[in-house]
Amino acid sequence: MFEPAIITHLVIAELPGALRELPSDQLNLLVNNIKNLVFGNIVSGEINPAMQDAADHYQHLHTISRAAQTVVALSLAILCTLLAWRSIHKEQRARNSVERIIMLFLIASSSIAVFTTIGIILSVLFEAIRFFQAVPLTDFMFGLKWSPQMAIREDQVGSSGAFGAVPLFAGTMLISFIAMLVAAPIGLMSAIYLSEYASKRVRNIAKPLLEILAGVPTVVYGFFAALVVAPLIRDSGTLLGLDVASESALTAGLVMGVMIIPFISSLSDDVINAVPQAMRDGSYGLGATRSETIRLVIIPAALPGIVSGMLLGISRAIGETMIVVMAAGLSANLSANPLQAVTTVTVQIVTLLVGDQEFDSPKTLAAFALGLMLFITTLILNVIALHVVRKYREQYE
Amino acid sequence: MSNKIDNEVLSASPNKSMQRVQASLARRYAKERRFRRMGISAVITGLLFLSLLFGSIISNGYTAFWQTYIQIEVHFDAEMLDPQGQRSPEALSAANYGGLVKRSLRQMFPQVKKRSDKRKLYHLVSSGAAFQLREMVMNNPQLIGSTALIWVAADDDVDMLMKGHINRHKPEADRRMKDQQISWVDELLQQGRIEQRFNTTFFTAGDSREPELAGIRGAVMGSIFTLLITLALSLPIGVAAALYLEEFAPTNRLTDLIEVNINNLAAVPSIVFGLLGLAVFIGFFGMPRSVPIVGGLVLTLMTLPTIIIASRAALKSVPPSIREAALGIGASRMQTVFHHVLPQALPGMLTGTIIGMAQALGETAPLLMIGMVAFIVDIPGNVMDPSTALPVQIYLWADSPERAFAERTSAAIMVLLAFLITMNTLAVLLRKKFERRW
Amino acid sequence: MQTNTLYNSSATQPDNCINIQSSIASDDCHTVGNTSVKNPRMNCRNVDVFYADKQAINQVTLDIGRNEVIAMIGPSGCGKSTFLRCLNRMNDTIDSCRISGEILLDGQNIYDKRQDVVPLRAQVGMVFQKPNPFPKSIYENVAYGPRIHGLTSTKSDLDIIVESSLNRAGLWDEVKDRLNQPGTGLSGGQQQRLCIARTIAVGPEVILMDEPCSALDPIATAKIEELIDELHEEYTIVIVTHSMQQAARVSQRTAYFHLGNLIEVGETNQIFSNPRHKLTEDYITGRFG
Repeated sequence: MFEPAIITHLVIAELPGALRELPSDQLNLLVNNIKNLVFGNIVSGEINPAMQDAADHYQHLHTISRAAQTVVALSLAILCTLLAWRSIHKEQRARNSVERIIMLFLIASSSIAVFTTIGIILSVLFEAIRFFQAVPLTDFMFGLKWSPQMAIREDQVGSSGAFGAVPLFAGTMLISFIAMLVAAPIGLMSAIYLSEYASKRVRNIAKPLLEILAGVPTVVYGFFAALVVAPLIRDSGTLLGLDVASESALTAGLVMGVMIIPFISSLSDDVINAVPQAMRDGSYGLGATRSETIRLVIIPAALPGIVSGMLLGISRAIGETMIVVMAAGLSANLSANPLQAVTTVTVQIVTLLVGDQEFDSPKTLAAFALGLMLFITTLILNVIALHVVRKYREQYE
Repeated sequence: MSNKIDNEVLSASPNKSMQRVQASLARRYAKERRFRRMGISAVITGLLFLSLLFGSIISNGYTAFWQTYIQIEVHFDAEMLDPQGQRSPEALSAANYGGLVKRSLRQMFPQVKKRSDKRKLYHLVSSGAAFQLREMVMNNPQLIGSTALIWVAADDDVDMLMKGHINRHKPEADRRMKDQQISWVDELLQQGRIEQRFNTTFFTAGDSREPELAGIRGAVMGSIFTLLITLALSLPIGVAAALYLEEFAPTNRLTDLIEVNINNLAAVPSIVFGLLGLAVFIGFFGMPRSVPIVGGLVLTLMTLPTIIIASRAALKSVPPSIREAALGIGASRMQTVFHHVLPQALPGMLTGTIIGMAQALGETAPLLMIGMVAFIVDIPGNVMDPSTALPVQIYLWADSPERAFAERTSAAIMVLLAFLITMNTLAVLLRKKFERRW
Repeated sequence: MQTNTLYNSSATQPDNCINIQSSIASDDCHTVGNTSVKNPRMNCRNVDVFYADKQAINQVTLDIGRNEVIAMIGPSGCGKSTFLRCLNRMNDTIDSCRISGEILLDGQNIYDKRQDVVPLRAQVGMVFQKPNPFPKSIYENVAYGPRIHGLTSTKSDLDIIVESSLNRAGLWDEVKDRLNQPGTGLSGGQQQRLCIARTIAVGPEVILMDEPCSALDPIATAKIEELIDELHEEYTIVIVTHSMQQAARVSQRTAYFHLGNLIEVGETNQIFSNPRHKLTEDYITGRFG
């Protein structure tokens, strides 16, 4: 699997110095040509001696690698046979050692989750610390101006490179707030309706349909926001005499809310169904109507679960990327006006990191600092929410 | 036990309270109706959004499965293609096929004289026409010297005009097709030289700057390679982790930590996994950017929690009596789990895996982080080739200003959704088929 | 006798239904003993209950008198709980449940179209098998019914109702200092008395009790039985119980159910000392159950 990569690397190492210094895309082209030469395909451009040499070299390496593979495979086989032969005797309990190996694999697999978390923390933290060496933490946390464009040359204009993240935090919160304003009531009420009112037939149709919304990739929502919702909101804003930016916080928040509806609704559905039937019976037995039972008994009983569902929803909204990238825009306005364009933490991470970047410019490192903030915020929300859910489940089990 | 106050309140209560109950009924039922209406409208709003989403994407995208073709009469001029008469592949492949197309167009509209008008004329036909001719000649050099009627792809603007996406009544300056071009198209239409056909290019080509030449094959292949890596890694690891946590792990602080950890990872924003991939796989291990193998690794880490959680639920639903039965006849714990518990839980695990894969297929943000967002024309042939993925392709096209790309974006979304719906249906069917009540 | 078929228009013949009851129903449909009383609070006439196509209650006719405690006994699955739940239409919450026949409360058919289920349940309260206090404070639990029904207009009236209901239920002295603590924090017996207080607070005429002591220890059970004895001076109480001793202790009349049929009904003393039906005798003497 890795064979082509290794050989390519070796070939490049053997190329004449001048060719090796080429930018990466041209180098790729060159390597492609060399490979084509080896396999007798058509080559674009002329063949120069250096390339011919390289191609020969490639061929040579290819042969070697074949031979090496054979040798390695053979020797491994022999080694294993020997080991196996030696270990076969009466006292040997093969099952135990096999089981021990399997057990090690199982343990290793389950620890991957922990290593992932450690990996996330370390990688994000490490780069973030490097960023904070260049930009003070207080400037980042409390600065009101975000313009990460650093000067490439000294004499460029607008090269301040301000890294005040407050506009991003504010934008993220504004959009998440709008999203929850849409998702929380619709999600909760539809869960209530489907679990307490709807007939079985309606439930069996409507529930899977709403769940489709949860399976739609976020990039689709982003496209939907940009193509349909944004013009719709802009036009209706114009009708009302309002000035709506083409990439408004309202658009992104609204569409994000739609994305979160099924999430809230299925979590609420779970907790509402976990409320014991005895509670409903008790309330109906006293002559309460359905809505009284729901509002005064079921929702209070399910409240911890509902709240943690909302927290998970907020955490979703904060971490959501594609919708805001495609619909919220890049301008770091510090504004509470939902009709204006704002930017978010995730949008900035994407803009700072997409494309070829140096790893040590403050601009790229800033993305990791933002990632750290994002990770910490969502982690706190998730921990609280999951803890509450767990306690809640225990209460009724 | 009962005192005086009680007697007064309670003895009077039945009749008096019934009156009060009756009195408040109307108000209570009005509230009830209001609440119910709120519920219904919430469900309807949700469904409305769903239909708006699907409606707009389908109505925008279904036309992308057809493409406008123009019939031109091409004379494969030997003078132009192969002045030396060698018929060597090199010479043929380097010949000026664009010139052939242009000449045919000039012959079809001899009245066009001005330079700028000619340029407008050439714009009717896709730049891919030249490649089409080249391929024809390369495959069959005998064509040289002959004349043939050939259908070539129209330019995306012509395509949009034909599909009614360009409004003829707008002022000329506001539309991409000028009056002159529209009149040529109308003329071609009258001659029956314009036709709409099924757009095979869309399914067989890689990305392109020209909408009419762009296809999703490269992105689909990239997605397939990425998902293969993800599946190959996450299924065994996820199942193994679930087996350990559910069947073997002692209950102590460490396993508790692992459990909390997995639940939290499931809710970490996907973009953070992208940052991890960028810093660790690309930054630390020096793996190349834009390749499916890195994408697969990142998505593996992202889907693992989903698979582990689903697999554990499947293991939990296997009744303890099965384990006891196996242990009772002297099987080791490992044998019990692998021979009896795992087969019972496997369908549930596979269902979880399919759902995890569907999530991974739709994921975009982490792939942007690891650079699978480049403009790549070639169709990737293995997991080490630079490539994009289907959702990333959608993102890239959504950014393009051409109207024809909006149409193709919607079409690509339809393809993506078709994949996702198939996977989810499969998961549901699998669950239905193997669902067992103990 | 005029039979009002309400929930299903087609009166189902006993022999049509696919169930084990039909064999008994066909040859032994008549209830032994006097089903009617003077000046009844509730009259049940030819009540049938079906869950989907399964018949749970077969042609039950029974009067429930004023200020009496009537106990319903019988082996598990005999339909006594189902019958109880018909009396305040709690079966409405189960989709597949259909009821025919008529049940009158003070001469009014409770399954009549004009009858509203909300005031009905205020008149006929219910206490359940497992104590089910709401996850609210003790005070709020009792105040819940009066609040939703709008029985009081001032806070002080509500306070009076809460206090007197708790008093009635014999719980006031135990909880008066902690009315704001959650009702779920009480012991099982206290919770059940809280549920009784909650029911009384609405001012019902009939209280239905579905095995109210089955989840309680003997001491708590004794307290509830004592309470039932006191309450029957003002309320009609219908109690379903598994324990024959309990039925003997608290009730004036006893009805014996077997496989959906009402087999025998009569004075409690007579039922337990001198059952007239073979099945009743077998049950009382412990041959099955």
